[in-house]
Amino acid sequence: MIAELGHFALTLAAALALIQATVPMVGAARRDHAMMAVAAPAAIVQFLVLGLSFAALMHAYVTSDFSVKNVVLNSHSLKPMLYKISGTWGNHEGSLLLWVAVLALFGALVALFGRNLPPTLKARTLGVQALITLGFLAFMLLTSNPFERVFPPPLEGNDLNPLLQDPGLAFHPPMLYVGYVGLSIAFSFACAALIEGKVDAAWARWVRPWTLLAWIFLTAGIALGSWWAYYELGWGGFWYWDPVENASFMPWLAATALLHSAIVVEKRDTLKSWTILLAIIAFGLSLIGTFLVRSGVLTSVHAFAVDPDRGIFILLLLVLAIGGSLALYAWRAPGLKGGGLFRPVSREGALVMNNLLLSTAAATVFVGTLYPLFLEVVTGEKISVGPPYFNITFVPIMAVLVAALGVGAMLPWKRGDLPAVTRKLTAATIFTAGATAVAILFWTGESALAYAGLAFSFWLGAATMVHLWQRARPTKRVSVADGFRRMRDLPRAVWGMTLAHLGVAVLIFGATGASVMTKETIAAGVPGDSFTVGDYRFTLDRVEQVPGPNYRAERGTFRVYDAESGDFIADLASERRRYVASGQETTEAGIATDLGGDLYAVLGQPADDGGWSVRLYRKPLVPWLWIGSTLLVIGGFLSLSDRRLRVGAPTRSGAQEAPGADAPAGAAPEPAE
Amino acid sequence: MSTTTTGLSSARRRKKTRLYLVLGGLGCLALATLLMLAAFRDNIVFFFGPSEVVEGKVATGQTFRLGGLVKDGSVDRPGAADEGAVWFTVTDNAQDVRVRFAGLLPDLFREGQGVVALGALNDEGVFLADEVLARHDETYMPPEAVEAMKRAGTWKHTEEGAAEGGAGGAGYAPAAQ
Repeated sequence: MIAELGHFALTLAAALALIQATVPMVGAARRDHAMMAVAAPAAIVQFLVLGLSFAALMHAYVTSDFSVKNVVLNSHSLKPMLYKISGTWGNHEGSLLLWVAVLALFGALVALFGRNLPPTLKARTLGVQALITLGFLAFMLLTSNPFERVFPPPLEGNDLNPLLQDPGLAFHPPMLYVGYVGLSIAFSFACAALIEGKVDAAWARWVRPWTLLAWIFLTAGIALGSWWAYYELGWGGFWYWDPVENASFMPWLAATALLHSAIVVEKRDTLKSWTILLAIIAFGLSLIGTFLVRSGVLTSVHAFAVDPDRGIFILLLLVLAIGGSLALYAWRAPGLKGGGLFRPVSREGALVMNNLLLSTAAATVFVGTLYPLFLEVVTGEKISVGPPYFNITFVPIMAVLVAALGVGAMLPWKRGDLPAVTRKLTAATIFTAGATAVAILFWTGESALAYAGLAFSFWLGAATMVHLWQRARPTKRVSVADGFRRMRDLPRAVWGMTLAHLGVAVLIFGATGASVMTKETIAAGVPGDSFTVGDYRFTLDRVEQVPGPNYRAERGTFRVYDAESGDFIADLASERRRYVASGQETTEAGIATDLGGDLYAVLGQPADDGGWSVRLYRKPLVPWLWIGSTLLVIGGFLSLSDRRLRVGAPTRSGAQEAPGADAPAGAAPEPAE
Repeated sequence: MSTTTTGLSSARRRKKTRLYLVLGGLGCLALATLLMLAAFRDNIVFFFGPSEVVEGKVATGQTFRLGGLVKDGSVDRPGAADEGAVWFTVTDNAQDVRVRFAGLLPDLFREGQGVVALGALNDEGVFLADEVLARHDETYMPPEAVEAMKRAGTWKHTEEGAAEGGAGGAGYAPAAQ
């Protein structure tokens, strides 16, 4: 009964979406306020109805209702409650339901908090949003109904893929979806602005908080996914350039570019056309990501959708959404008037460079991800593009970006003085050289690439701190003590930017350690054998059988000692688990972690001579990956909480003063609560 | 809109700015193309089946992906004597290729089932794998394994429906060396 209710709610939502997509649009064209006013309540009810539908599916999972096909295929009554709940979105149909629910959530948020939006812009934004919702609802109702029943109901379910049974992965998809789908708002705003034919500073100020919110969740989602791959998959890496990872990384790059270009539209009333295009591209890449993952055209861990009809349907949605919006762009964008002027060496110029480099990086990832598919479709040739491709293309572009970021952030608007800025960065340059020298002495015998990576991270960290200090103490007339006082009073957006840029520096630090500085040993042995990994000695202590809640495991315990002094450091327990219901096996790595890095041990298969194969790592600086990601997220939230950017968004009259005026951050008039 | 005093210089400066933007864009495009071409030249990996390998279509030392089935009863784990390496045979039911992999096999590696390996042939014709991918799901066949048998002509049409549908969705668990 509850499942039928969920299905009914889904159908009702589709009908609502149809109304929300048409009536307000027509209303906006005719300036009919009654028709435009339909949008907000429709968006809110739409969310409630889809929330109900999602709750119905979750209920089926929590109560293990095996008369629902989706539950049978993806759940098991013995599964821990957390994974029964996460099972709701750990499959194709459920994750789509989550996708549309989040889509509707964002629509409802705009309806609730967008009180100050001009009525036509609000009506059109919600209309475009409903159009996307309608497309996905049609996809679900026609090809992927999550509430399908089976008769007779089986006694037990097939279990969720055990690899997906991990706390990190339980929350990875919802986070990622909030990010992906959050970009839909920027997209809807862009399309609405194109229909209106008007983009101004106020528009940018409305769009930026939504993009920022989406970006925060996208960042957190990607970081969680990476965390999951590192800890759960037991392959010892944090990033594989897997097509599915790229699918979430491309929208992230575009969203990062959009965040920065929207600042230029807001402060300087220029780069409008480009910003609109970026908003379309960012969400387009989200849709492509969904297509890649959901259609099953890729072969990867995440691709659990296996129906060609579905693929074609999503492809159709993709073509309509991206093609339609780009056509709208081509038609309307030439009418957008550019505003403020700037010299190449200026904050605007630096942000343009940021955008160019981020877009270029996204383009290289895009080509590397899709070229094999393209070639197979056209010539039938099967090729693959591995991590080396991405390392060769992506890393140099990022290196230029990071080097330039230190300087670019310091440049003033309109016109900058490069020598002056360079002089201000002397301290950062000296720090970088000093810290790199210390690093070379501390981590002896690493590759030049490792030292370069560390140097880039030191440089970005130091330049960011210099910039912060510069904001607090712009001239020597301000005393150092006053500088510290003023630092506390800096707008949150400045702190947000500082933390985010520091986060990038810390991420580079961690990534350098976790990739180029890693030491690895693959060997075989019996309990009692020792293996040397870098400066550490791992001893396989014992291998034993242990029972789990829904699996049985073989557990190998490793004792780790310092290779030189022989001091005991840690015990690592790695497990090979066999799940009772599905017979699948998974590997749990044994990991000991501190700020210096991780010790990582994996117990492999038994060999014919009674020994075991083992895989052991010393991975320096890994925790800094997660610390850096956390800084990015905190920075995002801080910036979002800045008065100026509250989701409520300012009124248009308040924003008219912004163009041209280099108003200090936080001083914009009339922030709406 | 204009922030300058005269319209003419404003228009000219706007043009100049646009020129810089276009030049910057072209520069980035050139950089990206160069990087991509350089990266593609060395990092595109082709796929071959066991029959093609036996026919000598692949040079010794050339990195490629080998796909097929893990032959029943072919898996040997000599253990510490061979640095913990695993030996197995990949077959397309017509020809066989012996594979040595010094690493941990993915959790779903099984005899009689589909597998894809990345590596190169040594002088003795043994495929030294750097990476082995197996299915992440019990019910599907890797598309490369199907492709290998199709190329060898040993693919049975009856299996087609099931495996074709599954091909795209089959997840892989790479196990790098």
